[in-house]
Amino acid sequence: MKIWPSFLAALALVLLAWAGVGLFHWQTLFGVVIPYLAFLTFVAGFIRRVVLWGRSAVPFRIPTTCGQQKTLPWIKQDKLENPSSPWQVLGRMCLEVFLFRSLFRNIRTEKRGAALGFGSAKWLWLGGLVFHWSMLIILLRHLRLFLNPVPAPIRGLEALDSFLQIGAPLLYITDLTIVFALTYLFLRRVVVPSVRYISQPADYFPLLLLLAAALSGILMRWFFRVDIRAVKELTMGLVTFHPLPPGQLSIGVIFYIHIFLVSCLFAYFPWSKLMHAGGVFLSPTRNMSNNSRAVRHVNPWNYPVKTHAYAEYEEQFREKMRKAGLPLETE
Amino acid sequence: MARAPKAPKAEELLDFDFSPPAADWMETPVDFKPGTFCYGAKGKNLDIMDLPNARDWSPTDEDWRLPAEWQGTIIEGLADRMKKYRSFRLFLDICVRCGACADKCHFYLGSGDPKNMPVLRAELLRSVYRRYFTRPGKLFGRLAGARDLTVDVLKEWWYYFFQCTECRRCSVFCPYGIDQAEITLMGRELLNLLGLNTDWIAGPVANCFMNGNHVGLEPQTIMSNVEFLLEDIETITGRHIEPSFNRKGAEILFVAPSGDLYAEPGTYTCMGYLMLFDQLGLDYTMSTYASEGGNFGFFTSNETAKRLNAKIYAEARRLGVKWILGGECGHMWRLVNQYMDTWNGPADFLEQPVSPVTGTKFTNAAATRMVHITEFTADLLYHNKIKVDKSRNDHLVITYHDSCNTARGMGLLEEPRYILRRICNNFVEMPEDTIREKTFCCGSGAGLNAGENMELRLRGGFPRANAVKYVREKHGVNVLANICALDRASLPALMDYWVPGVKVMGVHELLGNALVLDGEIERTLDLRSDDLPGKEEEAIV
Repeated sequence: MKIWPSFLAALALVLLAWAGVGLFHWQTLFGVVIPYLAFLTFVAGFIRRVVLWGRSAVPFRIPTTCGQQKTLPWIKQDKLENPSSPWQVLGRMCLEVFLFRSLFRNIRTEKRGAALGFGSAKWLWLGGLVFHWSMLIILLRHLRLFLNPVPAPIRGLEALDSFLQIGAPLLYITDLTIVFALTYLFLRRVVVPSVRYISQPADYFPLLLLLAAALSGILMRWFFRVDIRAVKELTMGLVTFHPLPPGQLSIGVIFYIHIFLVSCLFAYFPWSKLMHAGGVFLSPTRNMSNNSRAVRHVNPWNYPVKTHAYAEYEEQFREKMRKAGLPLETE
Repeated sequence: MARAPKAPKAEELLDFDFSPPAADWMETPVDFKPGTFCYGAKGKNLDIMDLPNARDWSPTDEDWRLPAEWQGTIIEGLADRMKKYRSFRLFLDICVRCGACADKCHFYLGSGDPKNMPVLRAELLRSVYRRYFTRPGKLFGRLAGARDLTVDVLKEWWYYFFQCTECRRCSVFCPYGIDQAEITLMGRELLNLLGLNTDWIAGPVANCFMNGNHVGLEPQTIMSNVEFLLEDIETITGRHIEPSFNRKGAEILFVAPSGDLYAEPGTYTCMGYLMLFDQLGLDYTMSTYASEGGNFGFFTSNETAKRLNAKIYAEARRLGVKWILGGECGHMWRLVNQYMDTWNGPADFLEQPVSPVTGTKFTNAAATRMVHITEFTADLLYHNKIKVDKSRNDHLVITYHDSCNTARGMGLLEEPRYILRRICNNFVEMPEDTIREKTFCCGSGAGLNAGENMELRLRGGFPRANAVKYVREKHGVNVLANICALDRASLPALMDYWVPGVKVMGVHELLGNALVLDGEIERTLDLRSDDLPGKEEEAIV
């Protein structure tokens, strides 16, 4: 089973933070040093990876066309699925990035005796979309801990996210949806045989890490309440580069578990498949227009190659060509 | 090498399901099952192209006689290609293994072999990339999905990278557009660094380089083949046609896939082209030197593809034509659309293509200056410049198979459909999930249309055949129309096996049947010299 290494790793991280702060009182390490290092690793690693990709050439224009090309004026072009201009590409990319257009196309193919059958398969799309949007909203919500005063849009987002007005403190909808979505994505990997077969520790680990981070956050909000004002003092200290010694603030262990898991996620990000977040923007099959017949695309490393010239061909077949009555360059 | 085994019965072929084996894929060694792979490239064919490690070998040999430093060659080759292709480098890094591509590959759907899920076929290479190029892979090995490059891994690459037709169907569904074709292309390039091609690809490549086309037709043979078709046209229509070859000063150079020049049923499509051009009085010529639109070099390496493709522009320049018209072919058109100008352009010695019949400017081909024949013909029909008699196709119920490359590497979807609707009365579509951008490959593309791997082809073609069978049972379909020479070469055998009674026809064969030529005789035969139902009796009376 490839789940166990990932599960044990995630568990070890939780225990590490619990022991580090709960037993050894290394608040500064877990509350200041590691978050700084993690964030630095994230930024540097992310940039490094994108630069590595960016340095690679794009020799050919290879969009995967998913609709009608631009052609005769009376044939309707599918501008979003087969873009021929930068604006149309932007439209296609927005659909991909915000709505997961390609995943929405997903179909299920089954073997029914001697025939194949096709069916709808939108759950992966839905699970993925719900997770990513929840994640985004949660990240934005967390900005309130790093900005003072909290900007109105962030407060608005918070209000929107808790508009159900359930419980105290108020229930965030995204807290629920992210846990549901992550659980679905995880169970799918475990339950669907073909997906389990292709899954690696590197697929389970980020899901478990995310799930643990989300759950620790939820626990902190509703069950092991921490002093939110103290937390904000700490986070404001971090963001203003005047970190307070967190040992003086009385913040529960659960907070340190949460921030440690999030730090691990950040540090792990650039080394992992999570980099699809940056990669999706650079994918040549999606971010290029299908106009290479109308506008020349240049390959930066194009080099001359040895060909078999017509003169050599004529040399090879001159007699036969003459007999067949073909025009010749040299008699 | 043992002879290719006979293809098993359909029930045997379909005796599989999609439940994966118990053993992990890294622990499942490759099994060279007869009927699922091609013969190894002969030394003489690699020598003609100056490709490395030329020797005769067989995939079933224990010792593949690799060069001493072969691992270094592959790792260096990998590094080099990661710099040259952003697609490649990116697609090695960003796959999340969501599995959306898994059940999209025709080889997976026809075999149940999990290594034919695009995600796993790519992992075959990614695992090696991780081991030698990423820190987690170097540190954690297996745990990070990394593995050493061994001879067994190399053999596995060879087996599975020649079980991908570069059809790009997986790429349509991938949330990041990861394209298995890019992985396969690079995988095959790396294998070719060690002389590990198939002979079904290396042979045509050598032929094409020396003689101008994949089968190696010599100039006089091309002419006599066409002569033969012209005689048939004269018998069927009463019209005498005299096309020209290698003629300087023609307005248009016409380049077809060579399959249309010598092999049925492609030759009937060729007859359609010849009749149409003659009816229009088109000022065009064909070349015996650039007598191949297709390009098996693309299934070898980028450089080989460029070397073969160079002939088209070189010949257009030498003959002094204004623009180029291209016949019905799949991968040829992916290359014309996405590669040709970049490789061998700019085509500034040509003019922007304008239809001499309708005056339509083909602005979408403004740089490449090469027009697809279905764009050209759709434009003619739209402007009512040719007369057609639809009723001659009334005995046919036609469905249309989008070829992978024109669908997903170009987006040529409506042009052929428009032509079909104008030239026949019975046109039906296959199910939505099997056409257009979601079309299924014939299973024989990318150089896999050999005889010795027939079982693989039948398996790969099963999803397409399954959809044809559906419309045959529902609507009585008896013709599978297409615009691809490989389809015409491979689908007949596939249909005979899976859906007997369905003929495979190029769009321009069907057009040739319907086309009314000036001064033609009463048609009683179709282009295959078969009786035209409903027409033969009238003629007798």
